[in-house]
Amino acid sequence: MKPNDVILRSVTRVAAVIILTFSIYLFMNGHHHPGGGFIGGLSTASAIVLLYLSFGIEKVRENIRTDFKKLAAIGVLIAIGTGTASVLFGKPFLTQTFGHVDLPIFGDTELASALIFDTGVALAVIGTAVNIILSISEDR
Amino acid sequence: MILETIMIIALCLLMLAILANLYRVVKGPSSADRVQALDSIGINLIASIAVYSVLLHTHAFFDLILLIGILSFIGTVAFARFIERGVVIERKR
Repeated sequence: MKPNDVILRSVTRVAAVIILTFSIYLFMNGHHHPGGGFIGGLSTASAIVLLYLSFGIEKVRENIRTDFKKLAAIGVLIAIGTGTASVLFGKPFLTQTFGHVDLPIFGDTELASALIFDTGVALAVIGTAVNIILSISEDR
Repeated sequence: MILETIMIIALCLLMLAILANLYRVVKGPSSADRVQALDSIGINLIASIAVYSVLLHTHAFFDLILLIGILSFIGTVAFARFIERGVVIERKR
């Protein structure tokens, strides 16, 4: 008899959207409030783990065609790239900078280069966490 | 002043509720009882954080409330799948 997952799958369809939105909020909030790359990446990984729990490995792998090993490597490369970019301008390694930009909707916004470093951290955390959980569940 | 007293009394009552749930975690006959008690401990923890952040006059912990809710939900779902089917993440074979 095939087990019935209707309630879990319908709850997951709603909850995954909310968790992903919350993780983006935590990620963008990290400069002035609690949050940042690490916790944003972990909550994104928890949303992906929830999708894996309710839909199974094959179905999620069809829909999210991301190699999480490559994602972790790309994250580390971005984090190192922001460090070396400051060397190219004649400053010490990992120097941060910021500037004020007029964006069309948000108006005068302060954009910091720490955001790019945080993107690298978040991608590395997502790749590592999901990869650990997937490689544990492969074995039996 | 009286508000702080009420908050501290509420925290003590929540601590008593967590202790009662902890008794169920230690003593519970089946593992489903233990999982249910752990989920309930998570909810009591959310309430304690809310009361405590009112006591401290800060809103720095409000993200934590949502995060504990999400993690408690995912952990309970994972334990429920493990108890029912033996595997946490399904695969076709």
